[in-house]
Amino acid sequence: MSNPGTLAMTVAGAGAVAGELSGPHGPKPRVTFSRRNIFIYGTLIFVAIYYLIPLYVMVVTSLKGMPEIRVGNIFAPPLEITFEPWVKAWATACTGLNCDGLSRGFWNSVRITVPSVILSIAIASVNGYALANWRFKGAEIFFTILIVGAFIPYQVMIYPIVIVLREIGLYGSLTGLVIVHSIFGMPILTLLFRNYFASLPEELFKAARVDGAGFWSIYFKIMMPMSMPIFVVAIILQVTGIWNDFLFGIVYTKPDTYPMTVQLNNIVNSVQGVKEYNVNMAATLITGLVPLIVYFVSGKLFVRGIAAGAVKG
Amino acid sequence: MSISESPTKRPNRIFHNLNAKIASIPMILTATVIFAGGTLWTVVYSFTNSRLLPRLTFVGLDQYERLWSTPRWLIAIENLVTYGALSLIFSLVIGFVLAALLDQKIRFESAFRTIYLYPFALSFIVTGLVWQWILNPDFGVQHVVRSMGWESFSFNPLYTKEIVIFGILFAGLWQGTGLVMCLMLAGLRGIDEDIWKAARVDGIPMWKTYLFIIIPMMRPVFITTLVIIASGIVRLYDLVVAQTSGGPALASEVPAKYVYDYMFAAQNLGQGFAASTMMLLTVAIVVVPWAYLEFGRRR
Repeated sequence: MSNPGTLAMTVAGAGAVAGELSGPHGPKPRVTFSRRNIFIYGTLIFVAIYYLIPLYVMVVTSLKGMPEIRVGNIFAPPLEITFEPWVKAWATACTGLNCDGLSRGFWNSVRITVPSVILSIAIASVNGYALANWRFKGAEIFFTILIVGAFIPYQVMIYPIVIVLREIGLYGSLTGLVIVHSIFGMPILTLLFRNYFASLPEELFKAARVDGAGFWSIYFKIMMPMSMPIFVVAIILQVTGIWNDFLFGIVYTKPDTYPMTVQLNNIVNSVQGVKEYNVNMAATLITGLVPLIVYFVSGKLFVRGIAAGAVKG
Repeated sequence: MSISESPTKRPNRIFHNLNAKIASIPMILTATVIFAGGTLWTVVYSFTNSRLLPRLTFVGLDQYERLWSTPRWLIAIENLVTYGALSLIFSLVIGFVLAALLDQKIRFESAFRTIYLYPFALSFIVTGLVWQWILNPDFGVQHVVRSMGWESFSFNPLYTKEIVIFGILFAGLWQGTGLVMCLMLAGLRGIDEDIWKAARVDGIPMWKTYLFIIIPMMRPVFITTLVIIASGIVRLYDLVVAQTSGGPALASEVPAKYVYDYMFAAQNLGQGFAASTMMLLTVAIVVVPWAYLEFGRRR
């Protein structure tokens, strides 16, 4: 961590914060309105406003009626708050032949995300456990392929998967998409779990083996209960990642099984009809709500999650 | 363990750690069938004249020749290079500056961090649609500035061929810089405080300390960040689809979209495979040296 004094030196010429350099004795004088502070906080607040504007515009637009949108400006707060756009976005907005709003896509996304998260974490945690504690010859080779595979653009593997899914009769179904998500979540999650399990004290594992515990009983009775933090991180990573997916959704599902992101894009970017910007923004917000809630509720864990699985990019 | 009769014959290795092997079957299948097999399959079929369905009629480098003489692909590459270079530079600079500012023992640090990072939780589709709305010429920024009296003000990136990619860059940076900031902040926090003290004792100005001491020390963080940003750039797809659908005309085309369109809309699989193989090549050029540096050193 840097010391504020260092920065002070560069601006000390101005004399405003010269007091900070007067030596290590006594409490540090607090200068709230030093030049340095004004510069730092000014920049941070300015940037923060830039980051918040889109969220603000989404909320404000979604609460306005169309006449107000046509005459007003997008940054102005709504004069008359209406929740109609939200209702319409959820229940009656049209995509193609269906006019049941985002609700269909929402439930599809739920039905995709929940099993995908469970399946991918179950598989990856066992993989990581086997790699960390039960090394067998050749395992590292498969693992290396997996990690390298994480960097390969999805576009390269999309079509062969279409063929595989078609062959086993799952193309266009939610199950097919669940499998795809489990496959593509595997590299990062396996890496995550392998590193975590490898960091646990080895004595624990050895003691359990001496006591006669086998592969599965060590996993369920010792490893899993000890790794709840990393499981939570993995869940956050997967929920946001799978919920936000668009490419796999559009390739492997049909209109009836579209996840929310695909349906949202179709509602907003449809060429027919009058554009209802308030409904569009309400729909966009509704779609963003789940990852936003995960983000705000999980707080620091989210940061840990992306740091741990950052390679997923 | 089994005791074999002849000393040259080793005990059967297949049943060693059998449970671990069974548990690893999904990983083994994914690695071989999907990642290795799928990639190989696509590369092989990129040398065929597959159109509606994949066919094994080899035509040599035909698809690649056609690809590189298609204006649409050239636009896509040009866009990706522009977007990629600017996105790399701006994300690194903005991300680092924000992290350095947040590292100054400021108040409300977590509030600022939360604000900078939240866009990263949102999907590219959501990001693209919001920025499409803000940059909308009839209602968005241009309209607002004009209605304040500056009638001739023109800011319409999404419908202007020459600058549409900057409109996408704007949204991309909004979504992604928070992540870079987060990684950089972690890197800064990992630096020993004594370094700062020593630099201060030596009277080195702060910016010089950052430039010549801290940043070189953070090399691993920078490399990781670089690889993450780069592999994200190559995949750029959702954002373009949501924000411009590749338009106006083909002005915001990107390789990932080219691949998708040729595979699933234009029914020209060979072109799609060739284009995706080019994407693979790009990633290999970026990632292989990194993997070599990262993992080669350690062993």
